[in-house]
Amino acid sequence: MKRRKFDVAAVPARSAGALDDRFQAATPLRKLLNKVFPDHWSFLLGEIALFSFIVLILTGVFLTFFFEPAMTEVIYNGSYAPLRGTPMSAAYASSLNLSFDVRGGLIMRQMHHWAALLFMASIVVHMLRVFFTGAFRKPRETNWIIGSLLFWVGFLAGFTGYSLPDDGLSGTGLRIASGIMLSIPVIGSWVTSSIFGGEFPGTIIISRFFIAHVLLIPGLLVALISVHLGLVFKQKHTQWPGPGRTNENVVGERMFPRYALKQGGFFMVVFGVIALMGGLFQINPIWYFGPYEAWVVSAASQPDWYVMFLDGSTRLMPAWEINIPIGDGYVIPPLFWPTVVLPGILVGLSLLYPFLEARRLKDYRHHNLLQRPRDVPARTAAGAMAVAFFIVLTLSGGNDVIADKFHISLNAMTWAGRIGLLILPPLAYYFTYRICLGLQQHDREVLAHGVETGIIKRLPDGRFVEVHQPLSEADHDGHGALDYVGWVVPKKMNRLGALGPAIRGFFYPIEKPAEAPVSPGHPPVETRPEREEITSGESRR
Amino acid sequence: MSTHTEHQAPAGREPLDVHDPRLSRFEVVQEGARRDDIEIVHYEPQVVPGSKAERRLTRTVALMFLLTGAAATAFLIIYIWWPWEWAPGRGGDKYFTPLLGLSLGIALLGIGFGILTWGKKLLPKEVSIQDRHDQPSSPEDRKITGETMLFLADEMGVRRRPLLGVSLLAGLVPVGAVVAAPLIGGLISDPHKNNQMFTTGFKPENGKKIRLVREDGRPLRPADVSVGGQLTVFPGINGGVSNKHADSPTLLIHLREEDAQKSREANARIGHGDYMWGNFAAYSKICTHAGCPASLYEQQTNRLLCPCHQSQFLITDNAKPVFGPASRRLPQLPIEVDAEGFFVARSDYTETIGPDFWERP
Repeated sequence: MKRRKFDVAAVPARSAGALDDRFQAATPLRKLLNKVFPDHWSFLLGEIALFSFIVLILTGVFLTFFFEPAMTEVIYNGSYAPLRGTPMSAAYASSLNLSFDVRGGLIMRQMHHWAALLFMASIVVHMLRVFFTGAFRKPRETNWIIGSLLFWVGFLAGFTGYSLPDDGLSGTGLRIASGIMLSIPVIGSWVTSSIFGGEFPGTIIISRFFIAHVLLIPGLLVALISVHLGLVFKQKHTQWPGPGRTNENVVGERMFPRYALKQGGFFMVVFGVIALMGGLFQINPIWYFGPYEAWVVSAASQPDWYVMFLDGSTRLMPAWEINIPIGDGYVIPPLFWPTVVLPGILVGLSLLYPFLEARRLKDYRHHNLLQRPRDVPARTAAGAMAVAFFIVLTLSGGNDVIADKFHISLNAMTWAGRIGLLILPPLAYYFTYRICLGLQQHDREVLAHGVETGIIKRLPDGRFVEVHQPLSEADHDGHGALDYVGWVVPKKMNRLGALGPAIRGFFYPIEKPAEAPVSPGHPPVETRPEREEITSGESRR
Repeated sequence: MSTHTEHQAPAGREPLDVHDPRLSRFEVVQEGARRDDIEIVHYEPQVVPGSKAERRLTRTVALMFLLTGAAATAFLIIYIWWPWEWAPGRGGDKYFTPLLGLSLGIALLGIGFGILTWGKKLLPKEVSIQDRHDQPSSPEDRKITGETMLFLADEMGVRRRPLLGVSLLAGLVPVGAVVAAPLIGGLISDPHKNNQMFTTGFKPENGKKIRLVREDGRPLRPADVSVGGQLTVFPGINGGVSNKHADSPTLLIHLREEDAQKSREANARIGHGDYMWGNFAAYSKICTHAGCPASLYEQQTNRLLCPCHQSQFLITDNAKPVFGPASRRLPQLPIEVDAEGFFVARSDYTETIGPDFWERP
């Protein structure tokens, strides 16, 4: 019997066939390969969050191999001499070991922290993008809600994470957290005592935060992120209005190969930037803070940036204590309002916003096209108001540092924050609204009269007028007939192809510039055949 | 230099026979896309095959990948051979982490930008249009699914046999509680056990008054604190300096004569007439706002500032809050000097230490 020749070239096709026999994968795979994604730089902001999350998991797993989540008191005997012989918790000692006695541990710790900051920052910027462009509207309200929750779950992940080293700074943060829990009316002391296992600080909180930080919260994050991405995939991405783009289609490029390649490259870039930051920029140098001791604190104790707005609101809150004179008397401390009620309101408002807006505008249709922020002044202005509110609070979270560096009275900074918190958001609303209207007006003006050319013409009677380049044929009353379609209106001549770069290429021309058209009536003054072509810089031709 | 493939979707188009040998591979791809309601309307190579531009881009991408390899190798070399352990004076670790970051960053950025250049510059540009199909399901489908679900309920017969539903509910609710009970029951801890929220380490033990000690545990004589000076003191008990007694750190202040006078008058006004000893006053260091140590004492104005949220307490007025979010004065510790000449607490604090809470009397 002759043995069949083994055909190597047929192996891929045969194994693909075998796979399809079993899993019927060809059709779904084709759909996946073909899926069309619209492309705009602002759609990548959410990706940064996703990629930072992946880096967080990678570095975080490394850290768990060396971190000891225990508050047992030990005497430090590692290689960092200034703290040798100091009694401290095992958690702090193992964090120091991670930084000094584990080879490459410090860069992992710093990358983990930077990735966390980047994760939260990209979530916020991504949310702003989604908000200002109206991408949260029906049918994407669910994803907006999940996104808002991701911010708060990320917030918890960050807080439980940076509390783990049990250093002087994070211990102070924990102390404040216990104070916040205590301030909750009726159940406050029970909640605190149950979470801390008795009186602050107890001996169990680091272990509890550890399991929350490495299992419960990441699990929740993974679940939320999966649903978030799944919904983006199912509902398809929004897109900007533009030529050929409608509410019923997606204009872009297929997922493979170009879009996927760009995603992969972008992941590596994000990863690389985090590696650079983790190596070059010091963050959270816990060895300077010393172990947590209830009586030690230094000025300029700030939390991570995404917690600072709550720190700011706490600083600005006036000392309004509510006393309830029943029996022995009960208290609602002033700490309750800026740290429990305010975040509660913020969560509620952000979760409900899509529905509030739809209700106000009585708009229950599907929206797959984005809106330019200027076209929805009320929403844009409300967003600016929220941003102003957040910025005032965040700056107030560092008002002692500002007061110190700029030699301003600390009390003046507090008062500036209190007044600013009330005044600046409405001002931001008003000015943003006006700016939006102005921009809208200008778009219409350009559509009607054309682009400013910068050419001033003097008329025979001595008047000067600016020449405009109309964007379309003028109709009978001398105006252009173009409608505004919700997309960028060209405002400069080089947007119309005039004044474009004559030669493509950054350092040297990519292609030979096209020959200038020569008017038949006027031959060039002189053409010397031996003349060399003038090029910019080194030519590789 | 470009090959345009403009396409108009013809209505009611016949599907192509993809087995037709005359079809190019791209035409098959296009046909596949069409079957997913995708129209590739524009497909344009960015570089002419074999052109100088293509060769240059290929070289650039290859260079980036090679850079990645070099940087990653550098990372490994640094990781293995660079002196990395912390040692005072030697500073061997000073460049270790930055160099690791630099080499790793360059390696990752090299591969990242290499892939990006490959994807963005070398691959053909395209514009594809896909139908969204995000209309709701047809009324017929909705009806069918709705009826199916209602039929499910019919099959279960809950409406005809209400006892089943009620009893199931009655069975499930306790099961849910069983899930919650160990969690709540295990975690819950009585905040008022041993009256812990209202006592500190200064509570006299068996009638013996507790000494005020320093950080290192040594007791303290009045001469140890100069006029205008202040010192953090702790209860002189086992673990009194540790976090086990996180509510006990106390600030002992030696006031100047005139400030002490003011302070005594203020004390007298609220019935704390004998809390000071000589010109010494002791106040809890734990801020009544959020529990940070209020540790920045300004000698000139006798104000104590908490660096966390900038509450300020005026020591000469019973440590009353004068600015910031704190609403309650710092509790004062009644002190005296014992027979051996050391500071002791006459009793525990008479007010509650630390952040406020609901049932604080």
